[in-house]
Amino acid sequence: MRSPEKRYLRPAACIAGAVLAMLTLPFAAPARADTYPSRPITVIVPYPAGGGTDIVARTLTGLLEKELGVPINVINKAGGGGIPGQTAIAHAKPDGYTIGVIASDISVYKAQGLADLTYKDMTPIGQTNELASGVSVIEGSPYKTIQELVAGIKAHPGQLKATGASPGVNWHIAFSGLMLGLGLDPSTVTWVPTQGGTAGHLDVAAGNSTFSTASLAEGRALIEAKKLRPLAVMAKERLQLFPDVPTLKESLGIDWTFALWHGVVGPKGLPDELMNRLSAAVEKVATSEAFRKPLEERGFSLVYRDPAAFRAFMASDLAEMERIFVELDKMKQQ
Amino acid sequence: MDKFIAALDLVAQPETLVTLVGASFFGFAIGCLPGLTATMAVALLVPMTFFMSPIAAITSIVAASAMAIFAGDIPGALLRMPGTPASAAYVDDAYEMTKRGEAGVVIASNATFSALGGVFGTIVLILAAPTLADFALDFSAFEFFWLGALGLSCAVFVAGSNLVKGLTSLMLGLLIATVGMDYTTGHPRFTFGNVNLLEGVSFIPGLIGMFALPEILRSLLSPGSVGTVAQVTARDAWRKTWDAGKRYWSRALCGSVLGTLVGALPGGGADTAAWISYAGAKKMSREPEKWGKGHIEGIVAGSSANNAALSGAWIPAIVFAIPGDTITAIGIGVLYLKGVNPGPTVFINNGELFYAVFIVFILANLMMFPLGWLAIRIARLVLRVPRDLILPALLVLSVTGAYAIDNDLFGVWILLALGLTAYLMEENGFPIAPMVLGMVLGKIVEQNFMQALISTNGNVLGLFGRPIAAVLGGITLLVWAIPLLRWGWSRLRPAHATPRAAIED
Repeated sequence: MRSPEKRYLRPAACIAGAVLAMLTLPFAAPARADTYPSRPITVIVPYPAGGGTDIVARTLTGLLEKELGVPINVINKAGGGGIPGQTAIAHAKPDGYTIGVIASDISVYKAQGLADLTYKDMTPIGQTNELASGVSVIEGSPYKTIQELVAGIKAHPGQLKATGASPGVNWHIAFSGLMLGLGLDPSTVTWVPTQGGTAGHLDVAAGNSTFSTASLAEGRALIEAKKLRPLAVMAKERLQLFPDVPTLKESLGIDWTFALWHGVVGPKGLPDELMNRLSAAVEKVATSEAFRKPLEERGFSLVYRDPAAFRAFMASDLAEMERIFVELDKMKQQ
Repeated sequence: MDKFIAALDLVAQPETLVTLVGASFFGFAIGCLPGLTATMAVALLVPMTFFMSPIAAITSIVAASAMAIFAGDIPGALLRMPGTPASAAYVDDAYEMTKRGEAGVVIASNATFSALGGVFGTIVLILAAPTLADFALDFSAFEFFWLGALGLSCAVFVAGSNLVKGLTSLMLGLLIATVGMDYTTGHPRFTFGNVNLLEGVSFIPGLIGMFALPEILRSLLSPGSVGTVAQVTARDAWRKTWDAGKRYWSRALCGSVLGTLVGALPGGGADTAAWISYAGAKKMSREPEKWGKGHIEGIVAGSSANNAALSGAWIPAIVFAIPGDTITAIGIGVLYLKGVNPGPTVFINNGELFYAVFIVFILANLMMFPLGWLAIRIARLVLRVPRDLILPALLVLSVTGAYAIDNDLFGVWILLALGLTAYLMEENGFPIAPMVLGMVLGKIVEQNFMQALISTNGNVLGLFGRPIAAVLGGITLLVWAIPLLRWGWSRLRPAHATPRAAIED
């Protein structure tokens, strides 16, 4: 790199070189399955550095680099509720060199009327993990179990307050689904909007809202400090981090579950050979101990789904979100 | 004591010390570059922490963020372009001093008072973390609303000589803060269907635009050079800083206390702390007329507050895993990753590790002195480069920074739009500081107000319904009422009150 010639580069030579480089660039590494991957891969994260999706992506790509044998660059294309970043993934060239890590927000854009973007604009590569919703109250609360809380909601319509997200966003959908599952009108509980799950837990811990439907993982230290009391988790099975906290099915007998999820996708039209190569690598990493440990410490549950199962899951998730929004709209109009 | 010695042993490991120095230089470089924030410095370090011991991993985060916040002052002083949002409050004073040839004094003061603030915050963290964290936990939307309202009242003190123009600028800032998804209803507001505006007008590209672009335009229109002014020597710079310290030690102390408290509240941050400290110190100052024209007092108050806030933010982070800002949010992630789970029991379970973290906090803050010395050397070089060469580079740097925040071209449009607006405003005598304050606090005030009102079913008196909220609300109303009462008094007793009012104003 430090050759003496460098100092004598003439502008004309530079331009000629640049033009040559640009001309050859499209042919530099044709995405052929037998040689793929032969150059660095870009992973787009549609959320800011340091957030939940980013942690998943950076843990995953660190291990994926070894599996695929090429460097992986993580790019945070954040802002806009994740829409610009997820759109960039959908519109990337399907050559296997640009993929992305997405989150469950993609299932609500259409229902909320924010964007037409859905899972159909992507090629699923593999789901990696989820973060289940929970129900928690302040430690001194009169509601000691989820059954008592539900009895309280029924006995005092319009007096209890719930929190955890802004309306129409993840933990509010968890709350709405819980109420609809119980056959109750969600508007009989005042929804206090907060910016994110941790802020919701704080609002409960400060003695304002009655309960929060944000994930228990986001309030783990508050629970361990005996500031919050977890009542239930909205998952199919109990969580490893909170083995004493019952599921909704066990405690209330309803089927409603809700979790945020993350997964790896490519742009629409990603050739099968490339997708198979990627999904094999993602499967190996996503089911490895090296991936499991740091993520479980953060409170995520590892849930791996292969491309076909991931596609089916995203389809049912989208339908479920649309159902909730339609029911909420109906309630509003009554 | 045993734990303390064990902690010293942990810190004295070569790996820890090498990480401390390496991360400090890294944070310093990132902070110096406008648009690259302390948060970004920390996020870039995360993949590297996977391969470090727990103490080295935490060291890297602490050292890089502390240094980035300090280094953010440097481009502010040299080019009037705050490197991080936390440096915006006192950037005008810093730049005016540079024009007088006192760039070295500014940087030496930034280093000294940043270090003092940081060490103060750390001492509070060591002595009172569990108590303060418990106190911070009592803060909900009601209390945050009043704090935000109190912060907005500070606009009066940074409004400049013409109050009407200052308030116009503040309103513009508040208007910009309303763009984006309305958190209380989930509906987009003033986004004109553009998804890039869903999360509001991106703050950092806007900030770079508002400070850097007017300066670039002005220099193009009326060429002149800072480089022609003889700059003070490094020795003089430190001597003058010592003098400033002797004269304004109480400002540094107030800034440190205020910074630590604001930092400890989840949702407060280094930038809010610096603004409130700057405005508060101006109100208390004996020579408020000098402020904004190159007065060291504001720099003392601001730089001590923002670094104290950085340490303060670790209080709820370590005790309850509640991030006070984005930096501690990432830090908490690293703690979990290393199996050191934050919580009230960390002091018992991981005693020596946490004492080691505290020692690292102090060492990282002391690193500011050698790096400050280095920065003064660099500054002399930078200021000697002709403006014609610096300005294009500055423009490239600004655009890159605006792009890099979200890796999206939209940031560049925000930079250009707000930059041109700021230029037109300044040319017509509208100060931009109140606008920045409005953008910082607008969302905090609005969201907490709505959250509180929804909680009380629309009962405004409910804003006083909690003890701390009632006290804060009372103070805020008093701050608003005093000028009114004084005005009324002067109307009733014109003969006696007029000379007094003239002095006060």
